[in-house]
Amino acid sequence: MSEIKNIIELKDICMEFDGEMVLDHLNLAIKDGEFVTLLGRSGCGKTTTLRIIAGFLNPVSGQVLFDSKEINGVPPYQRPVNTIFQRYALFPHYNVYENIAFGLRLRKVPEAEIKERVEEMLRFVNLQGFEKRSVTHLSGGQQQRVAIARAVINKPKVLLLDEPLSALDLQLRKDMQVELKNIQKKLGITFIYVTHDQEEALSMSDTVVVMNEGKVQQIGTPIEIYNEPQNAFVADFIGESNILDGVMPCDFTARFAGHDFDCLDKGFAPNEPVDVVVRPEDVDIVPVVRGMLKGEVTSVTFRGVHFEIIVDIDGFKWMIQTTDEHHVGDVVGLYIEPDAIHVMKKSQYSGKYGDYSSYSDELEQLSELTEDEEE
Amino acid sequence: MKQRRSYAQVLINAPYLLWAAIFILVPLFIVAYYAFTDASGAFTMANIKELANYKQTFWISIKYALIATAITFVIAYPFAYFMSKKSAAKQQMMMLLVMLPMWMNLLIRTYSWMNILERNGIINNLLGMMGLGPWKMIGTAGAVILGMVYNYLPYMILPIYTIMSKIDNSLLEAADDLGAHSFAKLRHIIWPLSLPGVISGIAMVFVPSISTFYISQKLGGGKIMLIGDTIERQIQTAYNYNLGAAISLVLMVFVLISMAVMNRFADDDGEGGGMIV
Amino acid sequence: MNKFFDRFLTAAVYVFLYAPLLVMVFFSFNEGRSTSVFTGFSLRWYAELFSSSDTITALKNTLVLALLSATIATVLGTMAAVGIDGMRNKWLNSAVMTTTNIPMMNPDIVTGVSLMLLFVFVGRLMGLATSLSFITLLIAHVTFNLPYVILNVMPKLRQVDRRLPEAAMDLGCTPRQAFFKVVLPSIRSGVLAAFLMAFTLSLDDFVISYYTNGSGFQTLPLMIFSMTKKTVKPDMYALSSVIFITILLLLILVNVLQARSERDAKGAK
Repeated sequence: MSEIKNIIELKDICMEFDGEMVLDHLNLAIKDGEFVTLLGRSGCGKTTTLRIIAGFLNPVSGQVLFDSKEINGVPPYQRPVNTIFQRYALFPHYNVYENIAFGLRLRKVPEAEIKERVEEMLRFVNLQGFEKRSVTHLSGGQQQRVAIARAVINKPKVLLLDEPLSALDLQLRKDMQVELKNIQKKLGITFIYVTHDQEEALSMSDTVVVMNEGKVQQIGTPIEIYNEPQNAFVADFIGESNILDGVMPCDFTARFAGHDFDCLDKGFAPNEPVDVVVRPEDVDIVPVVRGMLKGEVTSVTFRGVHFEIIVDIDGFKWMIQTTDEHHVGDVVGLYIEPDAIHVMKKSQYSGKYGDYSSYSDELEQLSELTEDEEE
Repeated sequence: MKQRRSYAQVLINAPYLLWAAIFILVPLFIVAYYAFTDASGAFTMANIKELANYKQTFWISIKYALIATAITFVIAYPFAYFMSKKSAAKQQMMMLLVMLPMWMNLLIRTYSWMNILERNGIINNLLGMMGLGPWKMIGTAGAVILGMVYNYLPYMILPIYTIMSKIDNSLLEAADDLGAHSFAKLRHIIWPLSLPGVISGIAMVFVPSISTFYISQKLGGGKIMLIGDTIERQIQTAYNYNLGAAISLVLMVFVLISMAVMNRFADDDGEGGGMIV
Repeated sequence: MNKFFDRFLTAAVYVFLYAPLLVMVFFSFNEGRSTSVFTGFSLRWYAELFSSSDTITALKNTLVLALLSATIATVLGTMAAVGIDGMRNKWLNSAVMTTTNIPMMNPDIVTGVSLMLLFVFVGRLMGLATSLSFITLLIAHVTFNLPYVILNVMPKLRQVDRRLPEAAMDLGCTPRQAFFKVVLPSIRSGVLAAFLMAFTLSLDDFVISYYTNGSGFQTLPLMIFSMTKKTVKPDMYALSSVIFITILLLLILVNVLQARSERDAKGAK
């Protein structure tokens, strides 16, 4: 396989607003033709990163490279990138046709060619016959398509998407996820996608960049990110995790919850303190005699496909997802396969996340709501 | 239940509807009545025919009001644009400082300009110290237009600024992103989106300018007669209510028609059908 | 270049706007009788002003007129806003709104003349010797204040949750109680702002008063008008400075109230 060149590189980028550090020595390389997602909570710096690439913001320090050439200070209107804005930013005083033609008009493209390309674009996004419609009277999904057409018609090398689906309802969002991925495949250009929705990130991207507090936490394929989280933050942010304090007495053995487990990890100093992550679906509930650990079921929630069961083991609340039904008060054993145990070095996030003692459905819904409102 | 509801509805609407009918609508008909009758109340076209003698006055009033409106626009548009780009706190402060002089009585503001411009006024005193002048400024068209621009400039700034500050910043970024440099942005995005503000600014400056009588009285030095002066003279000095009513009627019809035309113009452009080049 | 133009224009506009006001305040402290040659600092014109019974009467008249007309306009206008808001008939609604807008679109002089002609006409029908009086002046002020009150109250009224009065009635309020206990408190800030706006407009009005007042009732703007017909002494500037400061204080009050109501609105979210 030939080496794919980097289309965009960010080198040692720092950014601050009102003296507050938003991006902290950020480094990022994005390969040509990839679907890259910047994933993180609001305020993690993902939108700032996108706006630096678009040229709306200039970093305090660091380099922005496009095709290995520095583009710091190049104004947005001269960059070969286009943006899909969060609420589309369609021009209310122009109709669909004029919105899409906008970029070409500014480049003084001949009228006949504009007409041809706009029509091609309208076919591409499935909006034939909408030319004369006012953009303010379109549905959210249609506005989204106009925004895509308006950006893509300029043949950008990179398309930047700033939470483009956040204004849509759930069903439309799922459909648009598939459609966006298809559009990216057809065009073959780089998409840089910003979202706080981890499902969206995992299902659409070639590469996911998990960010927090202005720093990159992990870069990898969705599968790598999910299966091999590099620190407690990523483990907690992507999916559900039981995160425990442990030590590594020797290679291939992890000690946590008062028990030595076989595992696949090595290369730690003897007795080095570590974070141990176990995904809830990787824990098996077994009869007490066969269990490695023993505890009491304190909560059972039916989730449709599976049950979410909280098991208290010496005060640590484990979350377990299983298709078998258990009842509150049952005393059960837990069994964990060696490959389900993820050992990671202690980081600044150690101790911030852990068990599910404060777990409740309501709390989760509340925190999701507030996250949607931000940014 | 329905009956009681509509009863309450009538009760709450009646006082205002009555008031509006008697004191807003009826007076307009009374103006028309006076315009077409003579002092004894008999029908006549004499007042309307008499208007021919005031052609020059109408023409000058329209001309001065148009020039004043154009000048306020040329000052206000860039001013409002720059203001809308400043920090929120600064914008608020600047807006307050623009509005403040409006709350000073127009008579005084105008009189103060007379003090500055008159033969023994402040400018000529200063010029005199340098051995220049005196210049004659009061009684010129320039002084009258200056008075209009001064008094009504805030009315132009206010609506333009309000609408500019409401333009969503992401629209400007989108234009930027699609290849628009600053002039293209001004022409294709800011200008068409701010047009409704410009239209109402024009109305808010043009209407009082064309109907003023105090500004022309003080700064026109009694030599420049505008429509407002003519009405004032007919009503307050000559007691010729019928002629005064006829002139008022024409002024009103002219103003209402020009407003309607301008609103139509604004609507057409706001439809979103227009081409951008 | 842009930056330079920005600064230059901003500075020039403010100098232009404030120069005449500074001239006015400055010469109100003049010792001499001139309003263009400064001979020394003194407060004599202020002293003279407050000892002149004409000025005091005019001030009192202006305040009484403003207070009365603003109160009537606020009550009538708030009722009207509620009524218009509840109108189901679209045609009637737009007809009423168009009528309401007429005094704002028409030149003041036309509004003044048209009201005057109405009063004269009615007065003649009734065989009165003088048709213009304090009452006609008050009617005129209420009339030009009404549209501003309605336009201030309407948006607030639209913001009120339709379910609020329904909830109140569900809990046992009569429609009238629901209005006074629930709706009115929610639009309070708009009503107050409308009142203050009407008050200041009335204080400041000259043109319409000039055509509709009866002899013997002098307001401050009318007094200023007659003063400026002759050569003016600095006492007029002293008077103007006092008015200016008063309006400034009122304006600050309105701003504080608006800021507070905005904060309340935010807090309610």
